[in-house]
Parts: sequence; structure tokens; C-alpha cells
Amino acid sequence: MSDPTPEDLTPESASPTDVAPLGRQGEKPSHERTAEEEAGTVPWQAIADDPAFKELLIAKAKFVVPMTIFFVIYYFTLPVLVGWYPEMMSREVWGSVNWAYLFAFSQFIMAWIVAFLYVAAAAGWDKRVSEILGRFVRL
Amino acid sequence: MIFLAQSGGLPGGTALWMFLAFVAATLVITYFSAKKSTGSNAYFAAGRRITGWQNGLAVAGDYMSAASFLGIAGMIALNGYDGFMYSVGFLVAYLTVLLIVAEPLRNAGKYTMADILAYRLRPRPVRAAASLSTLTVSIFYMIAQMVGAGTLVRQLIPGVSYEVAVVGVGILMVVYVVFGGMLATTWVQIIKAILLMSGSLLLSILVMAKFNFDIGLFFDSLKSISSTTATGETVTRNFLTPGLIFKNPWDQISLGMALVFGTAGLPHILIRFYTVPDAKTARSSVVWAMAIIGLFYIMTTFFGFGAASLLGPDHIAAHGGTNMAAPELARVLGGDVFFAFISAVAFATILAVVAGLTISASTSFAHDFFSNVLLHGKEHRPGEEVRVAQITAFVVGALSIGIAILLGPKINVAFLVGLAFAVAASANLPVILFSIFWKRFNTTGAVTGLVSGLISSILLIAVSPDFMENAIFPLKNPALASIPIGFLGAFLGTLLGPRDNNAEAMYAELQVRGNTGLGAEKASAH
Repeated sequence: MSDPTPEDLTPESASPTDVAPLGRQGEKPSHERTAEEEAGTVPWQAIADDPAFKELLIAKAKFVVPMTIFFVIYYFTLPVLVGWYPEMMSREVWGSVNWAYLFAFSQFIMAWIVAFLYVAAAAGWDKRVSEILGRFVRL
Repeated sequence: MIFLAQSGGLPGGTALWMFLAFVAATLVITYFSAKKSTGSNAYFAAGRRITGWQNGLAVAGDYMSAASFLGIAGMIALNGYDGFMYSVGFLVAYLTVLLIVAEPLRNAGKYTMADILAYRLRPRPVRAAASLSTLTVSIFYMIAQMVGAGTLVRQLIPGVSYEVAVVGVGILMVVYVVFGGMLATTWVQIIKAILLMSGSLLLSILVMAKFNFDIGLFFDSLKSISSTTATGETVTRNFLTPGLIFKNPWDQISLGMALVFGTAGLPHILIRFYTVPDAKTARSSVVWAMAIIGLFYIMTTFFGFGAASLLGPDHIAAHGGTNMAAPELARVLGGDVFFAFISAVAFATILAVVAGLTISASTSFAHDFFSNVLLHGKEHRPGEEVRVAQITAFVVGALSIGIAILLGPKINVAFLVGLAFAVAASANLPVILFSIFWKRFNTTGAVTGLVSGLISSILLIAVSPDFMENAIFPLKNPALASIPIGFLGAFLGTLLGPRDNNAEAMYAELQVRGNTGLGAEKASAH
């Protein structure tokens, strides 16, 4: 792997992955190239037009859009309820624990479950991606 | 209050020396773990060994700042339930990161937020605007860290004023980050995250021990917390009741918007996803981070409400104020040694976040603005960009120190960080989303989006109740108004600006990259 910037002048940091390298003597490092400069290396348009790729985008949207709407609504229900219905939310459920605390706590569980579902769904997308790429480029 | 052993005077020399010893030990451990992974040969191997959970710890380390530990604890300890809303928002925010931005951003394979914007659009104006907003968000975030560090040191060294503490610690931190550089590593964040988690766990266990580990008894004790009002009356409140700080429900909504949509626009969090080899690892590191961060925020229940119940708001106000609830709780429950340990954990937390912020702000300015905008991507003299980055770091540090002094020690750091989230959500999130999901998006839209989100959020903060008497804008956090303004700015700018055929033609490529990771920058390439 040839590095276009022979000497990385970024102040010495143990693992140089954190930031873009500073200082430049040679040509642009690859992460700075614009789309124009990278055109022609990969059949981008052909992949974008591929039916399997389009199906993948639809499958992702079918998961991500409803999930996002769900977590946004679930989350904002909390400030709406405690903001406008504080008496109702102060009602005790278990000992001194009230609905306000219980609902806030449930947000943690909700976030973890949504994250878990996303990871499970994304594993399926990964398989479809490698199938699509396999037909266009040598990996 | 019966649990309160004794409330002695200010902690004396023992705590200070113990504190210094803990900080030194942390730095030594960090130095040796970091050293093991240095050097370009060792790096390539080490780079591949950075696993999802390691990066997850690092993301958590970058994220859990003074605001999370000192700020939320204080907010809950003084005002109960409403403070816990910060804990909830800070975690749910990661769903926005996970579901929407992490993978496309990682796959587009860029270093700074400006890189992904500049990819399809005209680089110079976009980089200029993006580096301006990165600097602003970083300064806001940094102010909170400086306030936290100042109050902490003032408690440790009796007789030192808040101003002297902020200037002293602030300068030390910035010098250390600029010349040491070492701190800007994954390892600092990992070690700091482990320290913070174990410190919080110990503190929570000590609190629960006072209640014989009876959760019911613990919550019962929160129902009648007495405190003295500004007029000298004693009031008893149920700390589990919402609305003790947020009298206006719209305040809750606005804060929630800032938190949930702001994280996905925080420059120092976004650059974390470029440190992993691929989108899959980026995904698993977000999940690990969510597990760690979630557990941490659940523990704020114990040490936040615990401080309210065991110490009481009046005691906290008299011993360092809102930002010192957690360290003060540690002192009362565990004596000077535990106080020194928790203070050192808080200090390491702040130092690590200051490092991350300084590096992301100064490289963004040096890299995006100085080199790519002013010099058209060509360095005139070798090392120039490094010097610009160092000067930027000092300027950012000096500005944050100055503003931290103006604000004073009584302002809660979680509240301050909430403002940084609002700026990030208003300026950065709209353009990140549009550049990933909207084909027609163009350079004009990116610049107007960044600028309108930035200006509206800052102006609304300036005329809000906490910074102005007879405030023009009624909400404590501007997000409710400024996020829509940011989106509207980006939207209108795109429609009014000239159609950018080139950017639209490149959209197919961005979509393929974003969704497949094809052509993505490998983390080990640098």
C-alpha cells in the first residue's frame, strides 16, 4: 500500500487513525479526491442501475424508515407526556417508582432492542451487497 | 440526611496528592498501551486488531464527557427527574447515528465531515462553511469541559479561585494536547471509558449499600427531598416528579430534539467511524458503544438521585455546586481516597474529551480551511499546516477558557453541552442528510444550510432565558426552532441556487459507495 504523503506531519499520536494526516508534499491523499477525479475507476452507474442493487435500497428503506419513525415517536412521547401530563406521569406504579421514571427507563430497553434488530437486518444486507459486487468487480 | 456521616471543610492536601497520583498513573498506563500500537509496521497489525468492542469503548470514551458524569449527576441531584431526561436523550441519540449516518459516512470513506460534503459538491465554499461550524460546535463543547475542570480543581485545591483554576487547567490541557499529541488516540478513550465505568459502578454500589441494596427503599427516599430556595424558605419536593426545572413543556421537546439529532452531527464523534476497517465494524462499534453508554446512563439514577437523597441539594450547593455532586458524593461515602479517585476519573474524562475536540477542531481548520480553501490544496512551506493546526488549537482553547470564565462555575455543564448538540443538529445534520439522501442537493444548499443553522442556533441561544433577562426567545435550548431553520436553509438554498449537474451525476456513485462500501478508504491506509 503506497502512501502518497511520505512523511505524515500530524503531531505524533499513537494510533494514526484518528485524524487526516497534515502536511502534503505529493499528490492528494485518496480520501481527498473528488468524485470527478475518481470517475472511471469503477462502473458506478452500472451498479446503481442494477435491479438487485435497487431492490437492496428498497429493502433497506423498508426497514430503516419505519424503524426511525417508530423510535422518534417513542422517544418524543416521553417529553410530551411528562411535559403536558405531569400529574398522570407522577402516578406511582411500583412502590415509589412512577410512570415518568418507568417510561424513561423503557427508552433504554427500546434503544437496545432497535439496535439489535438493526444489526440482525444489516447482516442480511451485507450478503446481498457481496453478491452484487461480485458480479461487477473483482474483490 | 441521617446517612450523612459528617460534612467537613474543604478537602485538604491528602485528596490533592492522591488525585495527582491517580492522574499520573492513568497517563502512564495510557502511554504504555498506546506505545504498543505505535509505529507504522506495528500499526497495520494493530489496526486490524481494533475490534468492534474496542472501538465501541473508544466511541463511548469520546462521548461521555464532563457533561455526562459531572453535569447529569448535578442536574439530577439538584432538580431530580428532569436531569434524567439528559441521560435518556444522550442514549437514544445513538439510534440516529446507527440507523442513518454511521454506515454511509463510513462507506464514503472520508476523514472529516467536510470531506463527504466536498466529494460531490464544489469543495472550497463547502469546506469553508463546514470548518466554521466544526469550530463552533467544538468551542461550545469545550467550554463545558473547561467549566467542569475549573470547578473540579477549585474543590481540590483550597483557596484557588474558579478563574485561576480554569485558566491554569485549560492552558495545561491545551499545551498537553498540542505538544503531546499522544492523547489523541483510541487508547486514551478506551482507558478513560473503563475508568469512568468502574468509578460510576463503585459509586452506585456505595450508594445502594446505604439503602441495604433495597431499590424500593432507595426510590422511597427520593419522595421528600428538602432544599432551601433563593428566598430562604425550605421546600420539600418529590424528586421523581417531572417538571421541577422545565416548567414549559416545549423546553423538554426542544432539548430532546437537540440531543437526539445532535449526536449525528458532532464532528469529534463522526471521525471515530473512520478509525475502523469497514462499515460492519462501524456498526458493531455503535452497538457496543450503546451497551456501554446505556449502562452508564442507567447508573446516573443511582449516583444522581443518590446525591440528592444522601447529601441533599443544599449540601451540594455549598460544596462546589451543581457540577460537583458526583465527586462530593464520593467524598462523603468513601472518604478522601475515593474522592481523589473519582476526581481523577472526572479529570481524565475531561482531558480525553478536550483532546478529541482539539484535534477535530484544529485539523478541520488547518486541513479544510487553511490548506484547501486558502492555499487551494498546496502547501507553500513544509510543516505550515501543522503550525496552523497548533495555532488553531491554542485559539480554540483560549476562547473556551475566556467564555468559561464569563459563564462562571454555577452553570451546569450538561446544559452547556446541550447547546453544543443544538448547534450540531441545526448546522451539520441537515447538510449531512441531504448530501447522502437528496440527489438534487447542491453547493448553494450546503452553504446556506450550514450558515443558517449555525447563525440561528447561536442567535437564539444568545437571546434565551439563561443568557438574557427578559429573553426574546422563550426556550432554554434553541433546537426546536433552529433545526427546522437549518433544514429550510439547506432546502431553499438548493432550490434557489443553480442546478449542479455534476453533483447530480455523482449521486449514483455516492449511493453505490454509501450502501456497498465499494472503493471505501481502508482504515489502515494511513
